Amino acid sequence: MAEPLLHVAGLSKRFGGFVALENIDFAVAEGERVGLIGPNGSGKSTLVNCICGTLTNETGSVRFNGETVDGLITHERTRRGLARSFQLPRPFVTLTVAQNLRVPLLYTVNARPGPSLSAADIDVRCAELLRLVALDGKADKYPRDLTQVEMRKLELARAMAAEPKLLLADEAMAGLSQSEVDDIVGLLIRLNERGITIVLIEHIMRAVMKFSQRLVVLVSGRKIADGKPDAVIRDPEVEKAYLGQ
Amino acid sequence: MRTWVFFLICVAVGAVVFALARLIQNDYVFYAGYVVLQFIVLATAWNILGGYTGYVNFGSAAFFAAGAYTSVFFHKFYPLPIPVLIVLGAIVSGLIGLGMGYLTLRLRGAFFAIATLALAVVLQTLIVNWNYVGGARGAYVIRPESVPLIGNYINYLFLIMLALAVIAITIARAIERSQLGYGFATIRDDELAAEASGVPTLKLKLVATTLSGALMGMAGAPFPYYIGYLQPASAFALDYAVNSIAMPMIGGTSSWIGPLIGAILVATLQQWATVSISSELSLLIVGLLLVAFVIIAPNGIVGLVQDRLRRGKAK
Repeated sequence: MAEPLLHVAGLSKRFGGFVALENIDFAVAEGERVGLIGPNGSGKSTLVNCICGTLTNETGSVRFNGETVDGLITHERTRRGLARSFQLPRPFVTLTVAQNLRVPLLYTVNARPGPSLSAADIDVRCAELLRLVALDGKADKYPRDLTQVEMRKLELARAMAAEPKLLLADEAMAGLSQSEVDDIVGLLIRLNERGITIVLIEHIMRAVMKFSQRLVVLVSGRKIADGKPDAVIRDPEVEKAYLGQ
Repeated sequence: MRTWVFFLICVAVGAVVFALARLIQNDYVFYAGYVVLQFIVLATAWNILGGYTGYVNFGSAAFFAAGAYTSVFFHKFYPLPIPVLIVLGAIVSGLIGLGMGYLTLRLRGAFFAIATLALAVVLQTLIVNWNYVGGARGAYVIRPESVPLIGNYINYLFLIMLALAVIAITIARAIERSQLGYGFATIRDDELAAEASGVPTLKLKLVATTLSGALMGMAGAPFPYYIGYLQPASAFALDYAVNSIAMPMIGGTSSWIGPLIGAILVATLQQWATVSISSELSLLIVGLLLVAFVIIAPNGIVGLVQDRLRRGKAK
């Protein structure tokens, strides 16, 4: 079998005496749609941060696209094709929506080997991305003029602008209404169909079940389940973690 | 507008300013004008780090003084023409900026500001104890009476500072419209998101501290020739640190024109107050203006005008 796109092996992370992640093994194959769930404080976001290089893990290693990325800083990992969106949208507030998307195009896509995009190419690319997330009318608005769901879309579009191989979407839907959730799930599935591997970190089970081909469950920093979504949610240990005994 | 077109326009404006100053035929215009121009350079330089990347530097005086003392050193060691000294001052202050950036840029907000303040104190202590450049006594720098072609030496100094102002403003504007400008803005807005978008934040911050420091050093290099007698207290004066923060804040930190407006406004007001009321009053003016602007127009004059325009359009 070919090497998975992302391979996390034996990863641990502590904050002082608190063990946030303990010996996590986690692999994602190319083209897969994986859901990562777990109760609050189970270490989902910490895992994302370790994979992206925002936090450094004490033990274990992260391999991405056939290369060990331990020790690389975040922007170097982004340039290798590992993009993320943030749990709470973190737009560049003094830049317009279109300018927000230009940043990864200039600093990630153009930093990769090969011919770089011209100014005109970048404009075209921005317009495409905005259409993809249905923000075409808002190109010249500032993030403060956007609604919550538009902000989430901008967050995803900015991650997409970096042309990633793998997208880690950290709670892209928290606090959205049902129809908005469906909207974003549809968007993520469309992105996946374009060949992007996606890991969705989410609380909203309806969205996770609709989206995921495989489900991974973290509880208190340990991975307790990994498999087909239907099977995983019937797992007694998972039920116990979510519903109590 | 292309950068070189803008540069040519700046040169033309500079030439007009110089011609007008010559027309008045009063040396005081040059003495006062030199100070105003010097603050345009300092404010623009401060804004590259403080306005574009959002890192507040309280140590402007250190970079300015490093440039000035580089000139004093060479004046004694091996006299060189001022344009060469400016380049040397830029190199020295640029390196100090690079070093400071490397040591302190993992700090954010107030912590970074305090570290820059500490840098100024450390550098001043070094200079005070360095006898060769005059130590605590200070050093005399005798300037020539006149310069060929231009005439009176103060005219020459004024012209040099005018050129530096043109260079500083052109650089600042070019940055704003470049990839570097986007990178700086993302650092100001959200460093974590910037890194996630592929922006090498540490590298860009070092570019900003180096460039900002170098421009401040350039502004400092001709200073010993202007003042004639340089002592640590005047090179490291509080005025430089306070003014180079206050002027961009009053003018507006988001674009090159803010520090320009702020510096012209505040420095001219200070020059006027120094002559007509008292020199002590000039810092008080800055203080009051700063307080007023923080309350009334937190985005400076440029922000105020932009808001007006936007509201006008909305109606």
